Amino acid sequence: MTPTQPDAGGHFGPYGGRFVPETLMAPLEELEQAWIAARSDEGFQAELRDLLANYAGRPTPLYHAKRLGQILGGARIYLKREDLLHTGAHKINNCLGQVLLARRMNKRRIIAETGAGQHGVATATVCALFGLDCTVYMGEEDMRRQRLNVFRMRLLGAKVVAVSAGSRTLKDAISEAMRDWVTNVSDTYYLLGSALGAHPYPAMVRDFHRCIGEEARGQILKAEGRLPDRVIACVGGGSNAIGIFHSFIADEGVKLTGVEAGGRSGKLGDHAARFSGGSPGVLQGTRSYLLQDDDGQIALTHSVSAGLDYASVGPEHALLHDLGRAEYVSCQDADALAGARQLARTEGIIPALESAHAVAEAIRRAPSEPGAVYIVNVSGRGDKDIGIYIENFPELDPQ
Amino acid sequence: MSRIAATFARLKDRGESGLVAYLTAGDPSPDRTASLVWALERGGADFIELGVPFSDPVADGPVIQKASDRAIAAGTNLARVLGIAREIRTRSEIPLVLFSYLNPLLRYGFERLAGDAAAAGIDGCLITDLSVEEAGDWIGPLKAAGLDTVFLVAPTSTQRRLELVSRYSSGFVYLVSRTGVTGEQDSVSASIAPLVEGMRKATSLPLAVGFGISRPEQSAEVGRLADAVVVGSAIVRLIEQNGQDPGLETILETFARDLKKPLLSVTE
Repeated sequence: MTPTQPDAGGHFGPYGGRFVPETLMAPLEELEQAWIAARSDEGFQAELRDLLANYAGRPTPLYHAKRLGQILGGARIYLKREDLLHTGAHKINNCLGQVLLARRMNKRRIIAETGAGQHGVATATVCALFGLDCTVYMGEEDMRRQRLNVFRMRLLGAKVVAVSAGSRTLKDAISEAMRDWVTNVSDTYYLLGSALGAHPYPAMVRDFHRCIGEEARGQILKAEGRLPDRVIACVGGGSNAIGIFHSFIADEGVKLTGVEAGGRSGKLGDHAARFSGGSPGVLQGTRSYLLQDDDGQIALTHSVSAGLDYASVGPEHALLHDLGRAEYVSCQDADALAGARQLARTEGIIPALESAHAVAEAIRRAPSEPGAVYIVNVSGRGDKDIGIYIENFPELDPQ
Repeated sequence: MSRIAATFARLKDRGESGLVAYLTAGDPSPDRTASLVWALERGGADFIELGVPFSDPVADGPVIQKASDRAIAAGTNLARVLGIAREIRTRSEIPLVLFSYLNPLLRYGFERLAGDAAAAGIDGCLITDLSVEEAGDWIGPLKAAGLDTVFLVAPTSTQRRLELVSRYSSGFVYLVSRTGVTGEQDSVSASIAPLVEGMRKATSLPLAVGFGISRPEQSAEVGRLADAVVVGSAIVRLIEQNGQDPGLETILETFARDLKKPLLSVTE
C-alpha cells in the first residue's frame, strides 16, 4: 500500500482531524501554513539538516545485536540507536524542526507537555540553543518518577510546571499545555511532543521523525542486502514508531509491530493498551482509539513507563491498525523491565523503559521466527529510568 | 418558533439583553440541579446552559474543572443530565442548551442523543471542541430533531471563520470574549467590541458573549453590545462554596437578579 497521508483536514481515514475550541482553530491554520511553507523552503531544510547532523548527532547507527540474536535462536536483530542522539532520545528530531518553525513564526515563548521528560528535556534544550522562553507542563506523578529529567530541564533554563489534575501524568500535562496555549496564543508556540493532537501536529511530528525510518531502511539494505522482516517500536503517542514505520509502509513484506504498555494487568485503569482495551473517540484535538468508560469519560492509565502512560494514541496508528498494515501488541511492566535487563547484559545497552517494551517484544517473538531480520527502535536511553530500575531490581543495590 | 428564538424575540421587544446562566449539571448532586435552575430563572436568567461533565475539559479553568470532577463523582452522566432536563421541564419553559465536550456525546451516539434530548426538552447543543469543519458528520441528527446548534467564535477567529461559523449556527452564536479558558476576570476584554462588530456582519442571529463575566457592572458593559451575556464560573463558584447550604437556591436567585438588573434596559 502507499504510505498513509492525511486529507486536507488532517484526517487519516476516520481518525485525526481538528477537534479544538474555536480559539485555537485560526492558530492551527496559521501553524499549518507555516509548516507547508517550511517544508518546501530549502533554507529551512538545510538549517534543519545541519542541526540534526552536527548538533543532534544524525544519522544514528543501526547496530547488529548479534549476542542477543544468538541467545534468542538465531534472529538477526538490529537496533536503531536513537538513544545515542543528543538529549538521549528521538524527541530532539521533532524539537529541532518545530523550534525552527516557531522562529519563522516569530514566537518567542515555547510551551510543551512531557510524560517521561524526554520531550521536555529536548524542548528545553532547543530553547536554550535559540534563547527562547520555555515552559514545560508535567504531571506530578511523572515528576516524581522522572526526577532526573525535571532537574535537567531546570538546569537548561526551563520552567517546569507541576500538573496535579487527573492521573497526574501525560494526558493531564497536555490538557494544561492546551489551556496555556489557548490563553497566550498570540506570542506562544505549542511544541507538541508526539504524533498526537489536532492537525497539523500528527503529520508534522511524523515528518520530523521520518528520518529514523529513512536512515534505517538504507542501513539495513546495506547490512543485509534486503529489507527486514519486522520493524518493532514502542507506542505511547506513537512518534518514534510512526517515524520508523513510515519508510516501510509501502514494503508489504515488512511487518510493522507497535508495542503498547500492558501495565499491571488487562483491567481498565491498569494499562495503556488502547487498541486491545479501547475504542474510537475524541480527546485533545484528535479522533483515535481511547481508553474510556461507558459514559465517554477518559479512563485512568498505568504503565511503569511514563512515556507510554497515555489514554489515546496518534491517529495515523489508528488507521494503520484498522487497515491491518501494522499490528499492535502490548507488553506488561514486568516483561519490559526484564527486557531492559537482558539488553543491558547481552549488549551493554541500557534502554529507556519505553524502548524496553519494544525490546521485550523482540525477545518474546524472536524464538518463533528463527533467522528473521528485525529492526527494533531503541528510541531512548535508560539513564532517566535508573531510579525505577533500582526500585525493581533491589538485589543490584544492596544497602 | 423554538424556545431560544422566542426568548430572544421577547427580549428584543422589551429592549432587554438576555442573561445566560451556565452550571455544571450534577454539581453538587444530580438531584439538586433542577432546583438550582429554577432559582436562577426566578432571579431573572433567560437561558440555561446545562454543562455535561467531562473528565478532561481542556477549554475550562479550574472552577469548572472541579465542578466536572464533583459531578462525575456524584454519578452524573449524559443520560442523567437528560433526566435533569426532564425534571426542569416539569416546572419551567426556560430555554435549555446542552453544553458539552464531544466525547461523551459520541459515546452516547448522536442519533440517540438527538431524539432523547429533544424529548427531554433540550433546545440546543453547544459542543466546545467541535469545530465547524468537523461538525458536518455529527450535527445532522441534532438539526433533524429540531435542536439548535450553537457554535463558538473567538477573538482569534478570522472574518472567514466568522462567516463559516454563521453558516452552521442556529439559535444564537456564542462569542468567547477573550483568548483563554473559562474563568472570572477583573475587567471586560477589549476584544468584545470588534468581535461583535465582525460577527454582526456575518450573521443576523442573536449574539451571546461569555468568558470572564462575573459581576453586574461587567454584565452591564457587555449587555450594551450583545443580545445576551453568559455567566458561568461565577455561578459555579457559588455552587462550590455553598453546595451543602440549604440557602444555595436563594444565593443563586439573588446573584442572577443582580446580574440581570443592568440588562433590563440596555437599548438607549
